[in-house]
Amino acid sequence: MATPDPLAAFREMKFRDPARAQAMIDALGRLTAAIGRSPVSLMHVCGSHEQAIAKYGLRAMFPAALRVIMGPGCPVCVTDTREVDEGVALARQGVHIATYGDMLRVPGTVMSLADAQAEGARVHVVYSAGQAVELARRLDAPVAFFATGFETTAVATAAIVLNGLPANLSILSAHKFIPPAMDMIAATPGLAVEGFLAAGHAATITGWGVFESFAARHRMPVVVAGFEPLDILAGLVKLLELVRDGTPAVANMYPRCVTRAGNLRAQEALWTVFEPVSGRWRGIADIPGGNLAFRDTFAGVDARRRFALDAAPLASPASPGLAAACLCGSIMAGISSPTDCPLFGGACTPESPVGACMVSSEGTCKIWHQYGGYPDLGDMA
Amino acid sequence: MCLGVPGKVVAIDGNCATVDFWGVRRQVLLDVVDEPVAVGDYVLNHVGYAIRRIPESEIGETLALFEELLAQDEAADLMASDVRAEIAGTGAAPDGDS
Repeated sequence: MATPDPLAAFREMKFRDPARAQAMIDALGRLTAAIGRSPVSLMHVCGSHEQAIAKYGLRAMFPAALRVIMGPGCPVCVTDTREVDEGVALARQGVHIATYGDMLRVPGTVMSLADAQAEGARVHVVYSAGQAVELARRLDAPVAFFATGFETTAVATAAIVLNGLPANLSILSAHKFIPPAMDMIAATPGLAVEGFLAAGHAATITGWGVFESFAARHRMPVVVAGFEPLDILAGLVKLLELVRDGTPAVANMYPRCVTRAGNLRAQEALWTVFEPVSGRWRGIADIPGGNLAFRDTFAGVDARRRFALDAAPLASPASPGLAAACLCGSIMAGISSPTDCPLFGGACTPESPVGACMVSSEGTCKIWHQYGGYPDLGDMA
Repeated sequence: MCLGVPGKVVAIDGNCATVDFWGVRRQVLLDVVDEPVAVGDYVLNHVGYAIRRIPESEIGETLALFEELLAQDEAADLMASDVRAEIAGTGAAPDGDS
């Protein structure tokens, strides 16, 4: 059997071909004109989508009537202040904290984990749930894995729990579940989003079928898309077609990874260990079913139940200072853009972040700071 | 964190696969992948777990994005740094060349 050239598509520039991109941009123009409203607003909920849109300058190519905004697509950014406070409280009790690198500098009420570390707390960066297990095996001391991420990442946390954790390891879950947040945003009065671009890898787990009831409930189309520039453009073309036709359907433009049912084995692990509960998403709202908490069967690994966790002293309202002016919440809700924020690029930079959106590589502010967000090429035409 | 990174399975021991990511061999767990995985398959890795076996017909287009990303300067490219973090999330292979 001949071995297929694995990079053939790349050599053909299948996903970067400028002619194909231009054809899709033209299609976006025709579709927005046919819809006849301005703006037509579409929301995506994935930091990796925003990275690609900003990095390749796609917004500069969009028709003026098309607005593509990023919703709460950064799991680090939506981790609530209270959850960071819990991690800090545990760290200050002498518990070793293992967490993903982006979490270190996310501000809590009075301090971040990095600040706690500077005061002597033991905070370790891990890149996977398995590394938290390895860390606990090496240390003869209590370790808590401060686990963040959407359902894709929560599956890995569920898997280590199902494999059995070392006795000294517990987990502080800040995992979030995206579909309820989409529900909340779709129902926000005045937001005027007409369609959602769903994230390809979360849908790899949940399947695209999870969005069918959403589309019917809100009479709003959803398109699952991948991460190449042409994946995103094709997803937007499909989404505008559905908007134009008034069809609240779900379309899958990422079939190489996403099926209707999704990864059933991963779903079983996820829902065996976790249950959806109401919880606060930073700056947005309490989202019913938006947080993933341990089921009672796994109470023993839940850091919140293992330790007397009192983050209240950290939540005492100190002078809010710069944080009071931070627009992270309304940026993640899709209401504001980073450039609307008086702190953006001045008092708030990746080197010295005020809000969580400037910390994570998937935060809208950090992405816009790196690449520019909405280049206006009108003057150059 | 939304990214998954593809790699080629070069060995399997129980639920643990040794996977080649552009010449770096790392260990990836197979606990939650929903199809049988064999040596020679490509899998999508997310924080140390394979979450999807990539169909052979789709390998080229899936690899293309990442080939490009890994050529980027990590410091200047947020997606490239996320991809490298994903690879770092896998386990060290006992006979790995990394």
